[in-house]
Amino acid sequence: MRYLPKSESDREVMLREIGARSIDDLFSTIPAEYRLKRDLNIPRAYAESEIVEFFRQRAAESAEGYATFLGAGAYSHYRPVVVDSLISRGEFFTAYTPYQPEIAQGTLQSIFEFQTMICELTGMDVANASMYDGSTGAAEALMMAARLTGRHKSVVASSVHPEYREVIATYARYQGMPVATIGYREDGRVDLGALDKVIDGETAGVLIQSPNFFGTLENIAAVGEIVHQKGALLIVSIAEAISLGIVKPPAEADIVSMEAQSFGVPLGFGGPYCGVIATRDKFVRQMPGRLVGETRDRNGNRGFVLTLSTREQHIRREKATSNICTNQGLVALMCCIFMTVYGREGLKELATQNLAKAHYASGEFRKAGATVLFEGTPRFNEFVVQTNTDPYIINDKLLEQRIIGGFPLKRFYPELGSASLWCCTETTTKASIDAAAKEVAL
Amino acid sequence: MNWKENIRKATTHISQNEVLLFERSSPGKKAYQLPPLDVPEVDPEILLGEQTREDLGHMPEVSEIEIIRHFTRLSTWNYAVDHGMYPLGSCTMKYNARVNEYVARLMGLAEAHPYQPERISQGALLIQKLLREQLLEITGMDAITLQPAAGAHGELTGILLIRAYLESQGNPRKKILIPDSAHGTNPATAAMAGYTVENLKSNSAGMVDIAALEAQVNEDVAALMLTNPNTLGVFEQEIHRIADVLHARGALLYMDGANMNALVGKVRPGDFGTDVMHLNLHKTFSTPHGGGGPGSGPVACKKLLEPFLPVPVVVTKPDGTLGFEYNRPKSIGRVRMFYGNFGMHVRALAYIMANGPDGLRQTTEDAVLNANYIRKGMEGSYDLPYRTPTMHEVVFSDRLQAPKGIKTGDIAKRLIDYGFHPYTVSFPLIVPGAMMIEPTESESKASLDMFIEAMKDIAKEAEQHPEIILEAPHNTRVSRLDETAAARKPVLRWKPQIEPGQEAKTAVAVDVRA
Repeated sequence: MRYLPKSESDREVMLREIGARSIDDLFSTIPAEYRLKRDLNIPRAYAESEIVEFFRQRAAESAEGYATFLGAGAYSHYRPVVVDSLISRGEFFTAYTPYQPEIAQGTLQSIFEFQTMICELTGMDVANASMYDGSTGAAEALMMAARLTGRHKSVVASSVHPEYREVIATYARYQGMPVATIGYREDGRVDLGALDKVIDGETAGVLIQSPNFFGTLENIAAVGEIVHQKGALLIVSIAEAISLGIVKPPAEADIVSMEAQSFGVPLGFGGPYCGVIATRDKFVRQMPGRLVGETRDRNGNRGFVLTLSTREQHIRREKATSNICTNQGLVALMCCIFMTVYGREGLKELATQNLAKAHYASGEFRKAGATVLFEGTPRFNEFVVQTNTDPYIINDKLLEQRIIGGFPLKRFYPELGSASLWCCTETTTKASIDAAAKEVAL
Repeated sequence: MNWKENIRKATTHISQNEVLLFERSSPGKKAYQLPPLDVPEVDPEILLGEQTREDLGHMPEVSEIEIIRHFTRLSTWNYAVDHGMYPLGSCTMKYNARVNEYVARLMGLAEAHPYQPERISQGALLIQKLLREQLLEITGMDAITLQPAAGAHGELTGILLIRAYLESQGNPRKKILIPDSAHGTNPATAAMAGYTVENLKSNSAGMVDIAALEAQVNEDVAALMLTNPNTLGVFEQEIHRIADVLHARGALLYMDGANMNALVGKVRPGDFGTDVMHLNLHKTFSTPHGGGGPGSGPVACKKLLEPFLPVPVVVTKPDGTLGFEYNRPKSIGRVRMFYGNFGMHVRALAYIMANGPDGLRQTTEDAVLNANYIRKGMEGSYDLPYRTPTMHEVVFSDRLQAPKGIKTGDIAKRLIDYGFHPYTVSFPLIVPGAMMIEPTESESKASLDMFIEAMKDIAKEAEQHPEIILEAPHNTRVSRLDETAAARKPVLRWKPQIEPGQEAKTAVAVDVRA
């Protein structure tokens, strides 16, 4: 086997050294009746060339080279080449959690830089080293709010990504954390009146998303005022991280839960992505996940270490803030490199291009005769279109032109009928927008 | 400064002094160029109104060459499997094959959107279907989900399956039993699933004490979470009796599959009474650890738990195509958006394909052979607290060195000087001063010999020159960082240095947080 660095004679010498007659001696503690006495029923070993050919075929069966209008929590942005060339260094991708800081400063410093940039972008004081993704991060943020407030109820806006809400429901069920849902109004934003009614003295955290699932920006200041008046914490989820280049960070939030996939992470059929939680300094000790801090070594040199680990499972066990251990290290590094490539000016320019493309598309769709919902409310790069024709039929026609149309909303929002959610990024061309506009007119 | 330091200075590459990105930044530098906009420009102020962002604070401004050098230099400060032996016990730091990376980046897979129509996702779905089938054959279980994002996430999923099943039987029960040798994720998981944790003491052989188990399992116990082989690297020989004791009283057996690298192709957890287990694709199935993830933690279970698996599951539709099924009324729901860390599924399948049945068996045998070889080589130099036969990892302790003031953490630091990544320090908790060593199958006899030699030399140093060990590591860029200070007054982000009465050091004066 080509990954194994031993010859048969190496093995024999080693067995002799150990004092074993055969390799089976080393497995003698496994009761004989459970030992597998046959080959595993899996295909024979493939040559590397065969493996490549097999996956090339699978790739060819998976929408290679289509233009797409899909967003809905996973965004198609251009990935600068340096991202993959840097994360492909074995020193990064074949290392593990930086438990030994002397030989992990590369990982530690880059996480520290990641934390810093997430703070700059979100306006928060402190960010962790990553969570699995935006959905689990949102659930953990609600649990964090419960620990911080000593209250047990949660409120989640229905304009939060429906799959985030499903994950929250799973996590909350056994936390003794009832989750109330509040709807949206005709402007595509949280129903503030309903929010005011549903929060009570037992509400720990209120979760909204902005830009929300429909692409519209929530009125975070107004939501924050209501939430804080009742002594609850406001959690803002950001699923489209590029929006932070041109949209004000959620200053009223107590906790920000982000999905950073847009920062250079491939769509990859849904993962791996990169969640991250950011918050105020005063809340850091209830934060889940790993944190890197700056310190000095014994010679006075600056260096970085994992810190505040008394929050974590390996120290606190059942009293830990979360069971999270392995997070999304290498994906956070991708995000870190992407944020560096675009930087202070580039992220703004990039976000503005997204804004322009979505604005052009919604205008063309409207001109073609479709109804754009929630008009008048500021939005980033996604918008909801109501068509006369079932969106699945429109999408079938677009597929013939190698264009993947918007995301039909009926599955999650039956009240929206034949509406669908369209996303434009800097990679969306005018030509494909014009082609799509012709079909939505039907 | 003496002449030796001058030599050192002359041989020290600039990479020893890479600053933070923010300290390299200056206004106007850039590493990007966007194509010309092919639609009319917009004025963000008109579209976004008061939600328009004015500036991006201290986000860096650097050029492309600086980015390449920055991260390349940082990378040289890391130790990695690609450098050498990384015997971090319980982490299974094995070789990460390059072909796995290559195929995971093929365009149709890397750029597949999770919501693209199923009929143009058949390749991705087939990868998931094949991986599921092969993991089920390897574990001997009946059903599986690939959704969990890491091992601890798999644990949560598995315990929620148990909870949902018990609830369907009328009583979710209250407690999870966890051996004192378990990973910290196990008790943390049980708490997240709404259970209280009850400790189970190990016997003198480091295994589950059957008598204690018999005494502790009652109608309040939902399950036992058991790592097998356990964290001492010991196979729980009475595993089936353990399962029988639990099953007789209506409790289930959860197996933490962190140590599956000792079992693949030799024995199947499903055959010895496991009801549900997780796998760590980033351990056993060679997906890279990435400096702390991404992982992937599929959960396999027996038939009785199948109805409760997270939605969606991949099914073959009547027309023969693959698709997702969402309509599963007994499901625990979702544990993650979309379908899990698909990129890791691709890599794990590529690993299984490269090995085949013979390769997987040989891999397990070599992993166990390597651990036993290290055990034999180190015996006599270090205390072996449990003499029970070793599988894929071995746990020594610092008991012989402690009288000289030398602890497991010190020996670990000295090992760095010898060119190795340290073992896992101070775990499992049942061994005071634990040194948990897992070489994996990826080490040659020559590298194992070097490691053993290094450990023996350190044992001698402990006798003769303990100060060498106490001041280690000697050759790293930084040494013995002050973790206490880091935790007491946490500095968790870079901030511009502002001298009294002056603007920020960088040209950007506005702090968005102000």
